Amino acid sequence: MAHEPTDFAAASRAALADPQLRGNFRRAMDGLTGKRAAQFPDPAEWHGVRALAASVRLRALAKLPELLEKLEENCTRNGITVHWAATTDEANAIALDILHRVDARLVVKGKSMVTEEMHLNAVLEKNGIEVLESDLGEYIVQLDGTMPSHIIMPAIHLNTKQIAHLFKRRIKDAESREDAAYLTDLARRVLRAKFEAADVGMSGVNAAVAETGTLCLIENEGNGRMCTTVPPVHIAFMGLEKVVEKLEDVPPVISLLPRSATGQPITTYVNMISGPRKAGEKDGPREVHLVILDNGRSSIYADPELRDTLRCIRCGACMNHCPVYTQVGGHAYEAPYPGPIGKILVPQIEGLDKRGALPHACTMCNACVEICPVKIPIVEIMGRLRVEAVKPGGAVKDAGAKASRTEAMVWSGWAAMNASPTAYRIATAAMGKLGNAAPSSLPLLKDWTSVRSKPRFAARTLHDLARAKGIPDA
Amino acid sequence: MPDARNSILATLRASRDAHPLTPPASDFAPIDAKRWAPEERLPRIRRLMEAVHTEFLDATEADWPAVLRGFLAREGVGTLLYAPATDAGKRLVEGWGKGPLPPREREGTHGASHGEGEGHAGHGSPDPCAAPHPSQASLGLLPSPGTGEGEMVRPTLIPYDRPIEDLKPRLFGSIDAGLTDSRGAIAETGSLILWPSAEEPRSLSLVPHIHVALLRADALYDSFRQAMNEQRWADGMPTNALLVSGPSKTADIEQTLAYGVHGPKRLVVLVVHP
Repeated sequence: MAHEPTDFAAASRAALADPQLRGNFRRAMDGLTGKRAAQFPDPAEWHGVRALAASVRLRALAKLPELLEKLEENCTRNGITVHWAATTDEANAIALDILHRVDARLVVKGKSMVTEEMHLNAVLEKNGIEVLESDLGEYIVQLDGTMPSHIIMPAIHLNTKQIAHLFKRRIKDAESREDAAYLTDLARRVLRAKFEAADVGMSGVNAAVAETGTLCLIENEGNGRMCTTVPPVHIAFMGLEKVVEKLEDVPPVISLLPRSATGQPITTYVNMISGPRKAGEKDGPREVHLVILDNGRSSIYADPELRDTLRCIRCGACMNHCPVYTQVGGHAYEAPYPGPIGKILVPQIEGLDKRGALPHACTMCNACVEICPVKIPIVEIMGRLRVEAVKPGGAVKDAGAKASRTEAMVWSGWAAMNASPTAYRIATAAMGKLGNAAPSSLPLLKDWTSVRSKPRFAARTLHDLARAKGIPDA
Repeated sequence: MPDARNSILATLRASRDAHPLTPPASDFAPIDAKRWAPEERLPRIRRLMEAVHTEFLDATEADWPAVLRGFLAREGVGTLLYAPATDAGKRLVEGWGKGPLPPREREGTHGASHGEGEGHAGHGSPDPCAAPHPSQASLGLLPSPGTGEGEMVRPTLIPYDRPIEDLKPRLFGSIDAGLTDSRGAIAETGSLILWPSAEEPRSLSLVPHIHVALLRADALYDSFRQAMNEQRWADGMPTNALLVSGPSKTADIEQTLAYGVHGPKRLVVLVVHP
């Protein structure tokens, strides 16, 4: 899939000017951070389970090629057909092949961020296949013709009133009622008929167990179970990093994911799938397919520092705690993964040329690092990507795309000034005299001063003041 | 795509070998430390599951079919889907016709609490039937013939004895409730372990509006990890294994909790005491 360059600054300005949107996010994020905190009353428990979950993810990455082979072997033994896709185009082609072979007309989908990455719905629709998102939030977003604004709560940017209007407009016989229970029941009625009739169900994967060839999916609504149980064919999509070594590695991940994501002790359903319907079984899909997607992940894996990006278990806690995300919401990122994890993952997948602004959409406050259940050093990776963006020949796709001669000159001047005491003295003295006289509308200065007041330079440097008090230079 | 497979694996292997990673040892002690005294497990499971609107019934090995029949009759449930070849299914059929039906409760006790706030849960309520639940209308239940005049009707048992393809219209249309067994429950999170099989189909606990699960009061575990180790899951997983911790729910509309979005609207745990 080709990606257009996006303009994060413009999109965030638009979001900041929308008080409804900001109110919706503020309320939701405050609620979520509070509920999460209530799930971790004991710091020792949090630190212990977190270290364990991080070790599970690191062990999976340490053995990644072997575990993927083992996963393939055990899935195949269980009757699951495993497909590999280097790019999203390949993954879409694999999906289309299966759909055409079984002559699928209607697809129901459970939540899958990887298929958002693939823009799968658009591809299916272009091929005349009806595709229906069944997670309530995803369904709302699909009816609205937009993208999820949060990886866990896709429709968090809308309030009940907006959703009631949307349903009234888009669902036959819908009443105009601003009542979450009514709207939920309405979606239930529409979607149950689709589950019953669907030719193919699709889902993501939260963790794939190499040891047993088991796909683990967690959810609250039961739509994931519907998609993976009722239609005759199930296609699951996973990023290649989602593998874990052993079945016993699943409990630590399940222990932290729902608590971090939504502040629940556990999701309503933990759905572990180890194959299609066996002889004698009365239900379950007759075919189960697993599509393992690379889409830039193997390049991320190549760099020992950036590799930590692949620990992620997609809980979304980093966005819930991000001051930038809370202000601008998910759509401003124009990416399947918004917030802190998106700021490090998306530029690595799509390239720094188009996505070079994202690693800068960060105050480096470290809140995301503090709450990440698998201890991803998000801020360090963010810093690394900022460097990569201006360093031609670096490790990341389109490294050096943001390199500018002016910036390079400014920094080498800065370095030279700081390396020579004489130059430093002259420069600081000049700054004190000239800095205040420079108008804030000067070309480079303007970018900074357009949203901040220009600092006032002191008339005398700290060194001068110290000397005047009789303190000698060190 | 075999080319993709080989090139992805070759790239990963080369990268890993160039920069090997030594992961820290996995210390499971923080998870294994979560223990409860045997007598604390069931109350904890009950408290956690009731907090998310699960309903509980108590029975013994001898009387659970009658307890279930009484409950379903009181709730106006017309049809119960069950697994005829399982032990539980056989016990259900044996016990179904025996004993009188309970007297009809007075009007207004049941089936009319729809619309009350979600905070109004039946926490610790001694009478599980008093826990709030959606009205029959919102359950999509057809009124059972004969329930109007103080006469109780035995719900009809429907065996799940054919492939889902031959049952779909009834499964999605007219069946009210489904009964499954369980392989126990987990105290840490308040979760039932379901283990569907050829005899007990997966959709039995998924499609009907009410899911009733049997729970043996002596099959309780402290944690998910303890359950999977003691039951030796890694030696052979079924096509589908599940943890179920309540009825279907969502908070996708402005963080407002709503029950019964796609899966069962009600989860009833029938605790079978030894």
